[in-house]
Amino acid sequence: MFWIDNAWLIPIFPAIAFVLIIFVTKKVKMLSALTALAAMATSMMFSIGILFTILGSHGEINMNAPIEYSVPWLTIPGVHITAGVLIDPLTAVMLCVVTIVAFLVQLYSVGYMADDPGFSRFFAYLSLFTFSMLGLVVANNYFQMFFFWELVGLCSYLLIGFYFYKNSAADANKKAFVTNRVADFGFMIGIFFLWLVFGTFNFQELAHAIEGYGNVGFLTLVAVLVFIGPVGKSAQFPLHVWLPDAMEGPTPVSALIHAATMVAAGVYLLARGFVLFNAAPSALLLIAYIGGFTSIFAASIAIVQDDIKRILAFSTLSQLGYMVMAMGVGSITAGMFHLTTHAFFKALLFLGAGSAIHAVHSNSIFDMGGLYKNMKTTTWTFVIGSLALAGIFPLAGFWSKDEILLVTKEGGFTGLYIIGTIVAFLTAFYMFRLIFTAFFGEKRSDHHAHESPWTMTVPLMVLAVFAIFIGFVGAPFVEHGFASLIYFGEPHHATPDYFLMISSTLIALAGIVLAWYMYGKKAVDTEALKQRFLPIWTLLYNKYYIDEVYQWFFDKIVLNIGNAFNWTDRKVVDGIADGFSDLIRATGARLRFVQTGSMQTYALVLFAAVVLIVLWMAVPVLGGM
Amino acid sequence: MTSTIIFWLIAIIIMGSALMVVLLRNIVHSALFLVVTFVGVSGLYVMLQADFLAAVQLLVYAGAIAILLVFGVMLTVRGDIKYSNLFNRHKFTAGVVSLGLFLLIERIILSSDLLISNKPALESTVGPIADALLTDYVIPFEAAAILLLVAMVGAILLARGEGKPQ
Amino acid sequence: MITLYHYLILGGFLFCIGLYGALAKRSAVAVLMGIELMLNAVNINLLAFNRFLNPGDVTGHVFAIFVIVVAAAEVAVGLALVINIYRDRMTTQLDDFDWLKW
Repeated sequence: MFWIDNAWLIPIFPAIAFVLIIFVTKKVKMLSALTALAAMATSMMFSIGILFTILGSHGEINMNAPIEYSVPWLTIPGVHITAGVLIDPLTAVMLCVVTIVAFLVQLYSVGYMADDPGFSRFFAYLSLFTFSMLGLVVANNYFQMFFFWELVGLCSYLLIGFYFYKNSAADANKKAFVTNRVADFGFMIGIFFLWLVFGTFNFQELAHAIEGYGNVGFLTLVAVLVFIGPVGKSAQFPLHVWLPDAMEGPTPVSALIHAATMVAAGVYLLARGFVLFNAAPSALLLIAYIGGFTSIFAASIAIVQDDIKRILAFSTLSQLGYMVMAMGVGSITAGMFHLTTHAFFKALLFLGAGSAIHAVHSNSIFDMGGLYKNMKTTTWTFVIGSLALAGIFPLAGFWSKDEILLVTKEGGFTGLYIIGTIVAFLTAFYMFRLIFTAFFGEKRSDHHAHESPWTMTVPLMVLAVFAIFIGFVGAPFVEHGFASLIYFGEPHHATPDYFLMISSTLIALAGIVLAWYMYGKKAVDTEALKQRFLPIWTLLYNKYYIDEVYQWFFDKIVLNIGNAFNWTDRKVVDGIADGFSDLIRATGARLRFVQTGSMQTYALVLFAAVVLIVLWMAVPVLGGM
Repeated sequence: MTSTIIFWLIAIIIMGSALMVVLLRNIVHSALFLVVTFVGVSGLYVMLQADFLAAVQLLVYAGAIAILLVFGVMLTVRGDIKYSNLFNRHKFTAGVVSLGLFLLIERIILSSDLLISNKPALESTVGPIADALLTDYVIPFEAAAILLLVAMVGAILLARGEGKPQ
Repeated sequence: MITLYHYLILGGFLFCIGLYGALAKRSAVAVLMGIELMLNAVNINLLAFNRFLNPGDVTGHVFAIFVIVVAAAEVAVGLALVINIYRDRMTTQLDDFDWLKW
């Protein structure tokens, strides 16, 4: 129990590291890195300790019997908000995912960022981010979660704009911030509604309160509002636009924040607040279809992109859509399982991409080519990651993706099941399009690719191991696996569906083969294909013009509304205020001539007033003269 | 009867000379009529059986203050002395205000019901005034002494001018 | 028979003449003269009240003495000011004394 009792320390270590780096070790690069890594390692140790404590408790600590402790945070009459820690298997798994990925990414960053002048700043931001993310994970109430939710948004902003001297980075971080703000506003209103009706932010108290609450319409409204938060943070359609642009940040940031952890916070929130969503079936349906739509929407864009990080970004969107879809069909087991496996293999893919970019100094896959000759580790770990993502037996993605497809199929969502299957095919296709183009084939540009230093390759190998084996924790034939750990209500042990396993593997293989046929063997002239379907290609390449639509919307509508308000404010509101001041000034300008400076005038006025006042007062006495 | 005639005589002197003070254009003439007014007021004090104050009136007003004012005229008036005491632009307004004030005072006085005492006046007021000033009014008396001293010092300082060797 | 009312109205008349002088004259010295007239009018009132309402006491006399003291001090300081201003501005016309404004 030691680990659980001290779980509140987990976010504290990176916070201390952040303060230390900013105020003490900023000048000494390696010391900054060591501080951050030491803090991360300690947090990771605590997290793993908690996970094993829970595993060893023989089901005493489960989803329905968590451990919670808190201290008062804000106490004013009528409002009592606590800061606390809620430990259940969901928290434990999430903590492990975050700390392990964060530790590996930080280790990788030591090599990746070695020549960057902002080295210490980078590690400070990373530490601040992990502090916020871990605080979000352990939160025991919506208020604390929202607090850290905003903090991770801030860190995301800082890290996307890490190269703030680049205009594109500055634009991208603004975009991310504003988009998230829109979403967070919905989230905020949602939790305030909860507060208004139930008088508490606490997850467990809310769970009890919601169970006995009958107004489904209200719960649906609140659930949709709260869901807007994840729509922004987990980049679901239609607020997905910030995530591809967020790739302007350094690659380790993309791996940690925009693939493995922060974007998963939305999914985590869905799991954490699932009582609410479960009580609002229509909201849940909306969630499922938004997730499904996002997954196929993003996957279709990914097949034509040429920037390696953007392909991965759209892949992340697509996979997040998967997770949200799983939540929406009612299985937090499948969603969280996919979140866990995805965190590892997507971090692996991003770090691998970073390694390739580091070597080639270009983001375009068509500038790479033939990297496998000089970058064996990177290439093979990347291939493992891609296979995992594509869902090839027996890698991690296979188990988690099958779990999702299984719940959609079992839940009777045939449409979503078909979408999921198509996405699986597209995923395999675009990942291997990337691999055949960038890592194999001919060398296309004048680059001198070389293998990255050990700080970069070791995390790749560790993550590759995770990508291969992490899926077994949730495999259907494993006793006491993932499904018996994280669930809603009662554990639901999936029975293996061999038809589904085989069909999805075949579909993924078909995607790989098609990619090999087009880009590996070059049996099809891709350029001619592109010309033939040019309108579709252009549409996909420009991401369905969503950005342009938003741009038009802001330019034409929001700006005009703003201008109208601006005009009203300047001419009407200011006009009234200025009018008053002008009136007073004009009155004063005329009244000042009353002040003649002549004492005799003053005396005259004074005596005249005395006469009048005495007259007025004396009239009753004198009786009308 | 005699006293009535004397009162009216003095009253006419006072009112006439006071009007002259205000209306004349030559400030030296004004000053001379001011002395006449002061003397008339002194006579009025005699009629009111205020012997000590009548003497003080003559000494202080007709003697000291009038002389001071004449010195002031002498030291400051430039140009033609015949037009040294003109009205300003408030001539008419000030007249209306003053007249209004007088009418008001007059109405109020005449409509007041005053408790006239029939006791005889004191034979001599010097002794009782001295008693009063040195007993009941000793503090105001001392304060007045200090006021006079301060006024004297202030007047000297102001009239001497600052810093300039005379 | 001369009554208190006669004295009071005479005092009021003298006061109003003094006020008119103080308000309507241009020369600073003439204004001081007007003020002296007003003070005299007050003294007449004080003594008349003393004589007719409480002849056995000297309170009115004492007050009149204080008024004379104040008048003496006032005229001394006032004239010193007039002389000082005259030295500075070469005028005693109150119309020119208009620097007590904005």
